[in-house]
Amino acid sequence: MNSRYAPSLGKDLLGLEQLSREQILGILDTSEPFKEISERTIKKVPLLRGKTIVNAFFENSTRTRISFEFAEKRLSADTVNFAAGGSSVSKGETLVDTARNLEAMRIDMVVIRHGSSGAPQFLAERIASNVINAGDGGHEHPTQGLLDMLTLRDHLGRLEGIKVVIVGDVLHSRVARSNIWGLRKVGAEVAVCGPKTLIPPAIEELGVTVFRRIEEAIEWGDALNVLRLQLERMKSGFIPSLREYNRIFGVTRERLERAPRDLLILHPGPMNRGVEIDSVVADGPHSVILPQVTNGVAVRMAVLYLLAGGKSESAEMARTGMES
Amino acid sequence: MSEPQRQLLLDHQAVRRILARMAHEVVEQAGGIERLTLVGIHRRGVHLANWLAREIENAEGVAPATGTLDITLYRDDLMAIGPRPVVGETRLPIDGIEQRAVAIVDDVLFTGRTVRAALDELTDFGRPSRILLCVLVDRGGRELPIQADIVGKSYNIPSGDLVEVMVPEIDGQLGVALVKESR
Repeated sequence: MNSRYAPSLGKDLLGLEQLSREQILGILDTSEPFKEISERTIKKVPLLRGKTIVNAFFENSTRTRISFEFAEKRLSADTVNFAAGGSSVSKGETLVDTARNLEAMRIDMVVIRHGSSGAPQFLAERIASNVINAGDGGHEHPTQGLLDMLTLRDHLGRLEGIKVVIVGDVLHSRVARSNIWGLRKVGAEVAVCGPKTLIPPAIEELGVTVFRRIEEAIEWGDALNVLRLQLERMKSGFIPSLREYNRIFGVTRERLERAPRDLLILHPGPMNRGVEIDSVVADGPHSVILPQVTNGVAVRMAVLYLLAGGKSESAEMARTGMES
Repeated sequence: MSEPQRQLLLDHQAVRRILARMAHEVVEQAGGIERLTLVGIHRRGVHLANWLAREIENAEGVAPATGTLDITLYRDDLMAIGPRPVVGETRLPIDGIEQRAVAIVDDVLFTGRTVRAALDELTDFGRPSRILLCVLVDRGGRELPIQADIVGKSYNIPSGDLVEVMVPEIDGQLGVALVKESR
């Protein structure tokens, strides 16, 4: 087929694990022209006019929800936000009911964040609308992985062969998983670094290098993706104290100054300054934390553009390289 | 069923002469080049706009402002066509298009739907004092009440046939060909 078409994503975006290299690069390439829309005086194009999108956030989120909402509104979609944060609804029955109710209201797309891994897939299998995973449990956060990759590509010029270290609580991190899947597929090298209690056993099987010492990781990498240390981990005994974590794994200026090259610094936010990352690093010349946020809107616009109206068969064809 | 037949309508020299004439007409209709902005529609319109800009610079000594427009996100058939086109770059001059004479440049005028989308997109960027439409080939077959101000060459071509404009940057040559529907 004509190469003037972007690879299809099918009906849903559930994770980067299921996507091919071509689909991932297709999303990143499609994000480029969408960056410019947010720079216009009138930040709006009529692409999704008349489409209704439900942002169903069963778990708290500020950044991701706002980013999705900006993306949707700049494409002229009508949006409804639905927050069930804090409630102790169990997944099974409630989600089925949610799905039925949403379908009954004739919506077109659902963006879902849920505390349970697999909830977006569960929903996607039960409704005809497009489903986008905005983070599910410890499973994946595909749009975060994509915006991290776009930012890396913007600043390093390529993805193939670059060395990215994911630092911190990899065990509980869906951001880490999406980054690992995505980066490995496009030929980047990935390492993880953190306390033994926060690194999943046998993570090497995903093709990832494990560093026990942050100094070694900094010496090896081109970029550090510093994960947020969720403070409740301390109470559950994964780390002895925040101060000790900062002393051993904190990304500090002193540590970065000893590196053979300047490392690009990413953080998915929200940051704990002085814990996983020092302020001088977060605000320093090599930090791309704010460009990540800007890119997040463009990536989400690209995903909405590629998915809107999509059916399940087209993804299968794109994966297997068949032409339609 | 036979193979599609390909016939050259305009060769390199013919297109060059036409573009030189169109360059003069654009400047004339825009009332000079001070307020003229040429906006090429992706993909081949962008290269034709650049060609016209060079012609104008040769004749007038000053190059007009140029920009590019990708109308994909303003198409009226996007949800129906299935595969998603690659979106090109939209880049208008930093000074904007407010109070300018904007000439939309495209390769072929057919149904008029691309131009409708371009008008909608342009007006989201500002209010030009005048918008002109400038096409290399008008092949007839309009589905909307839209007409060009400056036309390189007009034909009446059956809807199943294809008019292919070739530009050096994409196709390696300059010319216009007609591809007849295989029957």
